[in-house]
Order: sequence, then C-alpha cells, then structure tokens
Amino acid sequence: MLNLDQDYDVMVVGGGNAGLCAAITAREAGARVLLVEHAPRAMRGGNSRHTRNLRAMHTEPTTVLTEAYPEAEYWDDLNRVTGGQTDEELARMTIRESSRLAPWMEAHGVRFQPSLKGTLNLSRTNAFFLGGGKALVNAYYRSAEQLGIDIVYDTEARHLRLQEGAIREVELTSQGFPATVRAKAVVVSSGGFQANIEWLKQYWGEAAENFRIRGTPYAQGRVLRDLLDQGVMPVGDPTQCHAVAIDGRAPRFDGGIVTRLDCVPFSIVVDRDGQRFYDEGEDVWPKRYAIWGRLVAQRPGQTAFAIIDAKSERLFMPSVFPAIRADTIGELATKFGLELGPLEETVRRFNAAVRPGNFDSQKLDGCATEGLEPPKTNWARAIDTPPFIGYPLCPGITFTYLGVKVNERAQVLQEGGAPVANLFASGEIMAGNILGKGYLAGFGMTLGTVFGRIAGREAARHALS
Amino acid sequence: MRSAEIRADARRAMEVCNACRYCEGFCAVFPAMELRRTFSDGELDYLANLCHNCRGCYYACQYAPPHEFGINLPRTFAELRGETYAENVWPRPLARLFARNGLVVSLAAALGIALVLLLAMALQPADVLYGAHQGPGAFYAVIPYGTMVAVAGATFGFAVLAMVLGVARFWRRAGAGGLPRVRPLVRALGDVLTLRYLGGGGDGCNDRDEAFSQKRRWLHQSLFYGFLLCLASTTVAAAYDHFLGLPAPYPFWSWPVLLGTVGGIGMVVGTSGLFGLKLVGDRAPAAPRLLGADVALIVLLGMTAVTGLLLLGLRATGAMGVLLAIHLGFVLAVFLTMPYSKFVHGGFRVAALLRYAMERDTSGA
Repeated sequence: MLNLDQDYDVMVVGGGNAGLCAAITAREAGARVLLVEHAPRAMRGGNSRHTRNLRAMHTEPTTVLTEAYPEAEYWDDLNRVTGGQTDEELARMTIRESSRLAPWMEAHGVRFQPSLKGTLNLSRTNAFFLGGGKALVNAYYRSAEQLGIDIVYDTEARHLRLQEGAIREVELTSQGFPATVRAKAVVVSSGGFQANIEWLKQYWGEAAENFRIRGTPYAQGRVLRDLLDQGVMPVGDPTQCHAVAIDGRAPRFDGGIVTRLDCVPFSIVVDRDGQRFYDEGEDVWPKRYAIWGRLVAQRPGQTAFAIIDAKSERLFMPSVFPAIRADTIGELATKFGLELGPLEETVRRFNAAVRPGNFDSQKLDGCATEGLEPPKTNWARAIDTPPFIGYPLCPGITFTYLGVKVNERAQVLQEGGAPVANLFASGEIMAGNILGKGYLAGFGMTLGTVFGRIAGREAARHALS
Repeated sequence: MRSAEIRADARRAMEVCNACRYCEGFCAVFPAMELRRTFSDGELDYLANLCHNCRGCYYACQYAPPHEFGINLPRTFAELRGETYAENVWPRPLARLFARNGLVVSLAAALGIALVLLLAMALQPADVLYGAHQGPGAFYAVIPYGTMVAVAGATFGFAVLAMVLGVARFWRRAGAGGLPRVRPLVRALGDVLTLRYLGGGGDGCNDRDEAFSQKRRWLHQSLFYGFLLCLASTTVAAAYDHFLGLPAPYPFWSWPVLLGTVGGIGMVVGTSGLFGLKLVGDRAPAAPRLLGADVALIVLLGMTAVTGLLLLGLRATGAMGVLLAIHLGFVLAVFLTMPYSKFVHGGFRVAALLRYAMERDTSGA
C-alpha cells in the first residue's frame, strides 16, 4: 500500500477522464503526482466509464471524423442546448482546444474507431473511442502508471482545508482508514452529486428515492459540498439535473447505455393511473429524450409506461430488458399492474383521435391526433395491432449542473471572485460554467479533457514555481 | 442441461451487448450481432466460434463483473465453444471425450508413445532398435515403411473425415446455407491467414491484461504456419519416396528437412509462447473448465515438434530408434485426438469466419 505521508506537488481528486488528463499533464510537466480515486479499481473512472465519444471541432475530415465541424457551428449547438446559460469565452476556448485533443489522447493510449454504422449518426461531430469510455479510462490509467503517478483506489476525499486563500491539506478516507495528504496544488475532478440521493431529495423530495442513477454510485458530491461550504463560488442551478426516461427495470446505479429506451415517439406514454400526460411526438427523440426524465419524475410513483403495437416494434434500438407483450390492452394493463378500465379508455380515445397521414419514422411526419389533450403531434398511429408491447419507464439521472466557478486557467474562484491560489477544477465539477443547462452528446468528455489538461498544467506550474 | 445454461448466459450477454454496441470496433462478433435482434441456439454457436478470445471486449466492458450484469463475453463464448465442439462431434458417442479433454489428450499421448515404443521393442531386435543407422531407408529399419504409412494414413484420414463431418454439422445447425461466392471465400481465407481478429481493432489483443499486444497473434501464427510446414514436409517426403524412389532420411539441405525444421521451430516457439501466456495471463476472462484442454493440445503439439527436431539432430546416433518411436508416438496421438481435442477449433473458426464473410457480402457492409 502506498505511503500517503509524503509531500506531493499535485494531488488530483477523482480518477475519471478529467482527473486522469490532469494527473498525466501535471506529471509530464515534472510534478510528483498523487491521484485518489473513490471507487475500487474494478469500478474506477467515474462516469467516463459509461461514455463513448468526444465532440471535436475540425475544419476538414480526419481519420475518425467526417466532413467539417467548424467553431461557429459547434458554438451555435452549445448556445442552443444551454439556452445561453454558458460562458462564451470559456466555451469558445474549449471548442477551439477540442480540435487539438486527438493526437494527445492517442499518444496516451486512447484509440478511436475508424467509422461508425450503428443508429447514432454522429461521425461528423463526435470521435468514438474504440471499446468506449472504459477502454479510454484503462488506457489513461496505464499511461499514468507508466509515468510514475501514484494512484490509490477506494479513497474518498472528505475535506479540503481551505485557509487564507489556499488548500492546506486534504483529509481522506483511504481503504477504510483516515489519512491526510499535503500537496502544493490540488485538482478536483470529483464529479457532480447525482448519486447522492439525500442531496437530490432537497430539491425533489421523496421522489428522488425512485430515481435511477445512470452512472457511477461514487458521484456523491462530497468535495463539491465541502468547497461550497467554505466559500467557493457556485455555478449552475443546484436544483437541476440531466434526467432522461429509461427502462423502469434499470439497476439503481451504473445501468449506463443499455437501459435507454428509444420507443417513446412511436408510443403512447401513460402514468400509473393509465393517463397520458405529454405529447410523445413533439420532436425527434434525440431532441426530446432529455425532457422525459423530468416528466416521468413528476408523475405519481415516478413511473410511466410506454405502449406500442406490433407495427412499431422494429423502429427503435432493442432495450436490454425484454418487452412486455400481451394480446390485448387489458392483458398488458394486468402485466403492468395497472387498472384495466382507464388504460383501455386512454387507448380507445387515442385511437379515435388519430387522423390518417403518411407515417414516416425518419422525420417529423405530421401524423397527429385531433381533439385530444394532450395531443400527439407526430407519428400518431392507432395502437390496434397485437401483440401489444410495453416498457416501464423511470427517471434516469445522468449528471447534475451545480459546480464550482472557475476561470480560464481552471482556477477555482471564491465568493467575491478571487481564485483559491492552489486549487484547480476539471470535469463535471466545473461543467456548469459552460454547460449550464441541457446536454450535447460527447461534450462532457471534451470539457473534461480540455480542462483536465489545463488544470494539470496550471497545477504543475503553481507547484513547481 | 449444462449447454442450455451456457446458451442462456450467452443469449443474455448478447442482449446486453446488442443494446450497448460500444465494442463494435473490436472484431467480427459485434457487427454480426448487430444484424440480429434475437439469437437462436445455432446463431449463438456461430457467434461464439466467431470470437477469437482476444478479450478486448472484456476489459472495455462497463458491465463486466463486479457490475451486476456480470458480462464476461470471452469466458461465456469460450464455454459455449466447448459445448459446440462436443455437440457436433462425429461419431456422436465420442462427445464425452470433451468432458475431461486435458486428461483424454494426455492419456492418448502417453499411450501413443508407449504403444509405438513397445511394438518397436517387441518386433525389432535390440541391435536394430539401438543401433546407428545411416543412409536411405534408415528410419524404416526401425519402423517398417508399410506400417508407418498404413497407421499414419488411416489415423490422419479418419481425423480429417471426422473433423469435416463435425464442422459440416455445426454449419447446418448454425443456420448457414448455400455455397459461398468467391469474394467471401477470399475474405475468410484472408481472415484465417492473417488471424485478423486477434488484432483487436489495430493494436492487438489483451493476451495478459488491459495492455494490448500482438504477441498472441504472432505466436498462434508461428504455431499455425509451423504445423502447416510440418505437414508439407511430410507430404513432400511421401512424394519423394513414392514417386521418386527416394526414401527418408534426407540431407539437411532438402525440402522435407528444411520445411520440417523451420516448421518444427515455428511450432516450438508458438507452443512455448502460448503456454507462457496461459501462465501469466489474467484468468478472469478465461474459462477454467477449458484450461486443461488448451494446455494439453499446446503441450502435445510442442512435444511433437521438440521430438521431431531432436530426431533430426540425433538421427545419425544410436538414439535414433527410440527417438523415432517417441516422435511417431506423439504424431500418432496428434492424429488420434485431432477430432476430439481443442484442435477442432480451427475448423469451427474457419466456418464461422466464412459465414460472417457471406453475411457481410449479402448485407452489403
């Protein structure tokens, strides 16, 4: 076991993508680096282990990206999804830097997939990691070990003692035992608080008990809370989180990608009282799936049921959990544990409201209901062809938006705006500076890589100066 | 029923994988999986045999143990491959030979050597067996030509027949039909000759741990080509004898000896390297039940090559007679166990690759 009782130049808290990038960069700048990871080795890597790609600006085709994705378009995408809740200066810096990441990543063992078939067509904007995020995390850990970075697993940072504008020491629980580490500079890359159900309850009440956390259970937000309590400036709406509707049979934590359900646009979605509550066909699924977590979270029991019929079964990616099948709507209601009457009535009324049209799953087809509340404005087809197929839905939390305020050097700012002299942040703990709202596929990894490298560079510079 | 449980495991794993698809860049298994939404028993057998056990997907898997989904595809597929070898064996009653295959192969080797040695000792006077023989026909002084050819021909011929029937049965049960066109044939042949899918998407496979390496690929091909060269050596020698009237042994600078020497060295390098990787490799993605069968085949092939090379080195001495008997004992064991050992994986793998090449051809991928 590692002797933590030694002075490090740089200590990195959190061993996901951002922390690894920070640790590697600091080490290559000549610093003695300690990386502490809350999870045991087998589950290391935070939410990065569930990711798959990184959004990268590029002006011409590369080996892994097609066509071009210029800064202006990237900025427009980011500005749109965040509804302006972003910091243009930091955002544009991140975007520009994203075009320079691939060679550095490859030099540290990350491998990209040449091209992609699949249902997600993101090969223009996003570079896919061969094997996904866990393969990337493995590559970085291996690189970190070879560089001589000290790594401890199963070690949680409990308290960063902030005194007179600098972090003096960090209190840990390392493999069950208390420990204190001193480092000249500290990088926090310890993620959000989405796995802290008690904290979520402050904003969501008891409903949070029924949330599933799509990623790591180690995102407890302990460092975030600790820093905010000591006068670090917050950023991002604390009440908000990225919530999508996932399969209701998903595990409590770490369900990842396979729990996603893409059937909503072709379905009707009812709550446990058998009532519809939102327009399932409002827009194409990638643009709408992030609102459904919140919608389901607001229903009684935080549960809902998507129902399709045999006509739509092949229109979406298979889920990992088997579809629930029945020959009649009544039988389906029984299998869901719902009352027969209301569900049958909802389906009957929906079918009666469907107007004829040319169904087309690939675009907004305008097949809509008439005189129904709420309406279904696209892909509305009568649910009349057995077998009837259903999936239970529940809210799946991806990440939270609350974070610490940073500047362009990744320095953490205190209330009043002065930076903490030796504290830097990267990854989800500071993502709210740039992604104040919404979601952009692969942007979390971009942000983590860009700010991880900045934080590592700046931390090493501070420690070695 | 064991195989039913293993298939249930494999089916569940494929359902998780098909909803995830992060691994699609690694090998042929995942693109083949993506062509399907459900998986029949035969299709699972096909996918399991398409898997080259590179382990890339295991280390990349966010659902690997200790995750509650517990996905360990290399192990699950290795176990299923083991079942397919047994279930498609010909003749059928010999399926049980796969149950404790390490023991079976080891016993076959021991008995093969003992049998040839005992017969040589019983049938040849001591001065012939232990004497130094030189010149054309020296080997046949110890083991008569007719006996050697008859036993080798019969056992090898039977082995080939049994393996072909086994693979044909697998091919049918996996639901493949029709004759392949030229393009997929060429593609599959290329996959076999280059062992493309131990390349794991570029940097090789995870033969030891999370790090990538081409070592296992090169070692396997060293063994594979070594074995082919040794077969070629034997074939050329038979032709020399039969058609040119030139009986063995041959001088060092002759085709049979050169092919055999290079092939033998290739086999020794390949088997010792693969054995070493078995010792140091991470056991987590391996199937413990199949370790015995794997090691037994590696050691059997390695010992066949070692004794062949020793025979070459010492053929002018009095040790030749005994060495020849031992070497031929190993060869006999190889031929006898071929259809009933890990050796059959080659036929199943080629069939799976061919089927994949045909699917790609039809799906236009």
